[in-house]
Amino acid sequence: MMDTTVAVRTSRFADWRARHQSGIEEARHNLHVFLRDKLAVAGLIVIVATVVVAVFAAYLAPYPEQGRGDSDMANRLQPPSAENIMGTDQQGRDVLSRVMFGARIPLVISVVVTAGVLLVGVPLGGIAGYFGGWIDEAVMRITDIFLAFPALVFAMALVAFLGASLRNVALALVITWWPWYARLVRGMAISLRERPYVLAAKTMGVSHFTIIRRHILPNAFGPVIVQMTVDVGAVILEVAALSFIGLGAKPPTPEWGLMISEGRQYILSAWWLSTFAGIAVFGLVLAYNLVGDALRDILDPRLKR
Amino acid sequence: MTFRAYIIRRLALLVFVILGVMAVTFVVSRVIPTDPTALYLGGGRHTPEQKAAAREALGLDKPLVVQFGLYVKDFVRGDWGNSLRTHRPVLGDIMGFLPASLELILSAMALAVVTGISMGAFAAYRKGRLADHTGRVAAIAGVSLPSFFLALVLQIVFFRVLGLLPVAGQLSISVAREYPVTDITGMVVVDSLITGNWVAFWDALRHLILPTLALAAYCAGTTMRMTRSAMLDALESDYARMAYAMGVPDRVIVGRYALKNAMAPVLTVIGLLFAYALVGTFFIEQIFAWPGLGTYATISILNLDYPAIMGVTIIVALAYVTVNLIVDLIIAKLDPRVMLS
Repeated sequence: MMDTTVAVRTSRFADWRARHQSGIEEARHNLHVFLRDKLAVAGLIVIVATVVVAVFAAYLAPYPEQGRGDSDMANRLQPPSAENIMGTDQQGRDVLSRVMFGARIPLVISVVVTAGVLLVGVPLGGIAGYFGGWIDEAVMRITDIFLAFPALVFAMALVAFLGASLRNVALALVITWWPWYARLVRGMAISLRERPYVLAAKTMGVSHFTIIRRHILPNAFGPVIVQMTVDVGAVILEVAALSFIGLGAKPPTPEWGLMISEGRQYILSAWWLSTFAGIAVFGLVLAYNLVGDALRDILDPRLKR
Repeated sequence: MTFRAYIIRRLALLVFVILGVMAVTFVVSRVIPTDPTALYLGGGRHTPEQKAAAREALGLDKPLVVQFGLYVKDFVRGDWGNSLRTHRPVLGDIMGFLPASLELILSAMALAVVTGISMGAFAAYRKGRLADHTGRVAAIAGVSLPSFFLALVLQIVFFRVLGLLPVAGQLSISVAREYPVTDITGMVVVDSLITGNWVAFWDALRHLILPTLALAAYCAGTTMRMTRSAMLDALESDYARMAYAMGVPDRVIVGRYALKNAMAPVLTVIGLLFAYALVGTFFIEQIFAWPGLGTYATISILNLDYPAIMGVTIIVALAYVTVNLIVDLIIAKLDPRVMLS
């Protein structure tokens, strides 16, 4: 009895493998190409390490309470030492702990912004491209307007009016980023809507909604994922930038852009405040850009060189 | 389609986009806030009379469409409202701060274009070699480095450690006092050069270096990546192979034939660069105490000076759209095929 179950299972797995043979081989090949790019692998390691640090900051940070915001005024502005590897800040907090807790914010925001952009831009682009006509015109003209702004300036104006907070920063980033994805998905949808399987579904009387959901959007997903990997770095930069000019996180939040901004006053006497937070932003953005670049080269054949 | 028809179509599109931008700012400043009069009057308590006057001035009692019409009309007439902080007309403030920003933006773009195009072309020429890989890493690093952080690092290195360059303002106080610069364009470097004020020119140039570097890093990285990929297309084309087969020196193929044909995408990037540089000034200028639009914008944002924030947003959109239009027209002139698409 048990033997048969196992046999069935293996055969199912074998079945699955047989059906997806070409896909598996392609994925294996892509993985191989990716692993050959040493810089991209290094980037991936940095990203994974940052996620681990962000999730376990409370256990990994040498002074978790200070990382969250507790001050220690007796130890203000101490240079890097054995106790405080990255020194202490203007309130005597361990900079290393603050940097480690700070890893949480870009991670959470990039997930939120990505999800928001996916929810707004992808369906709108899919609908515009699939139906064409006036719906397409309307959506595309709206994206024209958004793309005519430098996105960050618009995001700044939005946050200024909505009130400075990380939540509003995330909201403003979604509002300024979705048009790019709407356009990307629209382009895909236009080419997909003429495919035989879509036409077949139409003749069989499948509803437009189901066709978009089952046939258009899943096939447009690959390029969207690649674009997102490329864009996450930019999102992290923008969050730090908005916090730097006072529109994002509020003290005592351990946000990197805010830490760079707070360290500015002490830049000539206590360089370590801004420097380590800045290196953290730079390192994480660089890691995402390296991985995104490699992924784009692999998955977007038009750009393959 | 003739070039003239193309210009007309693009201008119509420009008007549409500007109206759209104004619709968005209108919604953000007048429709979303629960009490736009409070934004219009600024912080503090207001008498009912003040509130009524503000409602009147904003036209809040009228239908939304009429309100939007009034909003656009005021902007076209140059009445951009008064800054809550300086109590001067916003448009006048902006015009006063614009030249300093333009000076910074133009010098950063010039640096980015020169380094970006030459490095990108060289990387494409040496594709797959060490120079190409180094260039790729440098370009990615350039676009990953937060400009405001780079600005601080430059300040530490060139001011604190090396003591080489000044880090604040456009001119040293002593130079500004003893060799005052005549205001012609508002750009100190240009004005001192025109008037032959060499002491001030040298001083202004030294003040310009660090902010320019901080602003140019991102732009140079982007230009380089675009140039490299456009050049690869050109170098792999038939005419480049043909020239190579005929023994035309590499220098001529890269410098004269390929580069010219790779110019269209590169020009497009220059339009984008302008946007990056413009946005970059918002972060760089306040660090270097540069009296430009970016400083004005960040101070306005921190003081919740809403008319000023709206004004800056619209001027930035206007500048960006105009620059892109000019770039597109140049491209159409160079390569008439783009008018067809």
